[in-house]
Amino acid sequence: MSEPLHFVEIRHAQKSFGAVEVLKDISLNVERGQIVGIIGSSGSGKSTLLRAINDLDPLTGGEIWLDGVQVNKALPHRQYEKHINAMRQQVGMVFQHFNLFPHMTARENVTMAPKLLKGLSQSDADKLAEEQLDKVGMLERIDYYPSQLSGGQKQRVAIARALAMKPKMMLFDEATSALDPELVEEVNLVMKKLAEEHMTMIIVTHEMDFAASVCDRVLFMDKGIVVEEGPPEILFKNPSKERTREFLRKHIEGAK
Amino acid sequence: MDFDLMLKVYPFFLEAALTTIVLSVLTAILGLFCGALGAAARLSRFALLRFAGAAYVSLFRGTPALLQLFILYFGGPQIGIQLDAFEAGVIGLGINAGAYMTETIRGSIISIDKGQREAARTLGLSRWQATYKVILPQAARLMVRPLGVNLNMLVKATALVAAISVVELTYTAQRYIGSTYKPFEMFLLAGVLYMIIIYAVGRGVAWLDRKVQIT
Ligand SMILES: Nc1ncnc2c1ncn2[C@@H]1O[C@H](COP(=O)(O)OP(=O)(O)OP(=O)(O)O)[C@@H](O)[C@H]1O
Ligand SMILES: [Mg+2]
Repeated sequence: MSEPLHFVEIRHAQKSFGAVEVLKDISLNVERGQIVGIIGSSGSGKSTLLRAINDLDPLTGGEIWLDGVQVNKALPHRQYEKHINAMRQQVGMVFQHFNLFPHMTARENVTMAPKLLKGLSQSDADKLAEEQLDKVGMLERIDYYPSQLSGGQKQRVAIARALAMKPKMMLFDEATSALDPELVEEVNLVMKKLAEEHMTMIIVTHEMDFAASVCDRVLFMDKGIVVEEGPPEILFKNPSKERTREFLRKHIEGAK
Repeated sequence: MDFDLMLKVYPFFLEAALTTIVLSVLTAILGLFCGALGAAARLSRFALLRFAGAAYVSLFRGTPALLQLFILYFGGPQIGIQLDAFEAGVIGLGINAGAYMTETIRGSIISIDKGQREAARTLGLSRWQATYKVILPQAARLMVRPLGVNLNMLVKATALVAAISVVELTYTAQRYIGSTYKPFEMFLLAGVLYMIIIYAVGRGVAWLDRKVQIT
């Protein structure tokens, strides 16, 4: 296959769980600094696509390229493990349920991977933790355990943990879906801040307003395919496909 | 009840209780070792190791511990394994306890939310790094109480080695019954000492459990 022209290239991604085909020939390009939103009803394959990018759910067909390197290239097991660990260091991921390490403080959550994988000294690691936790407004809680934090605070620490590896891009899988409504905004603000810094991001979300306000481009997925994509002004206001219109109708009315 | 007799013989029972304690400690150490290995095998990436782990567990949980001791102690010499009764007791009970501990340890590990491993892997940690930095520290906290149950069973199971004449509590009780014809008093004395040991183990486990909890 040809050399990639884009920062992220997903080429004919196909994924089956057993006999169930969850992703059907999805292709997607993302440029450096771009913010792409993915919307779609439950079970449409949004998480699976996102998780394929860092190989948590390996594709059964197709290719994923990041910054000129193929993520899912065919290698013998040992070499592949090495390769994929290196690739994953470049991609930050934020989960719906935070997945903070409960036995570590916010500081330890943020510094564990950089210390282990990049050999940071304790003093450099502390500086990094302070810097990253400050960025998400959690510096005051640096020595708190996850169990002592609210959902919104946990998610902000989880974002700091991902950022501490200095990733080239960030993936968000419904980062605010598990939060009480009053805590959503504090997490959205952090993501907006990243957007202003031109972090490349792919954001799976159920919040249409948020997608419309931060994304350069929004994809609507249904049953394993990308039905329609475009800038939010067009996709939300004037979608061309009936399926998109129906989804938006349900969703926007459901929200009211 | 013959209290005078009980008062007269209890020092010998204390000595026997010490043997029971030493036997329990050694068995527990061997059991934990076998349990850790067994759990690692059961959770291995390699089918052959998983099979070996499963076979170990079903073999030792699926036959009576007493029979396992007999095979080791009486049958061992026939295949070139010469052990004295105490050694056979520790090894036999330790391997047996390890089978139960395998399941305890494995259970604690697989009960950790799979999102924990995923979060570690997305940061770039290898399989093993994720295991020892993220999974095991959490699983270790979870396994203290159930391992305490294993330990409780293990202390009581040491009574079985009386059958291969290790001079521990139960054997000592039997021996004094032979000379005093007072089974009630002798078994009662042994029972009280077992209870004290088990109570101490329980307190120790509860203390450790409290100590390792995350705030
Ligand atoms: N590990 C798995 N094994 C089997 N099927 C799976 C697995 N993971 C996901 N699926 C299936 O794949 C389909 C797509 O799932 P996915 O989680 O990607 O959807 P989604 O768009 O993220 O949905 P939601 O909005 O509910 O998060 C679903 O039908 C789901 O049941
Ligand atoms: Mg999902």
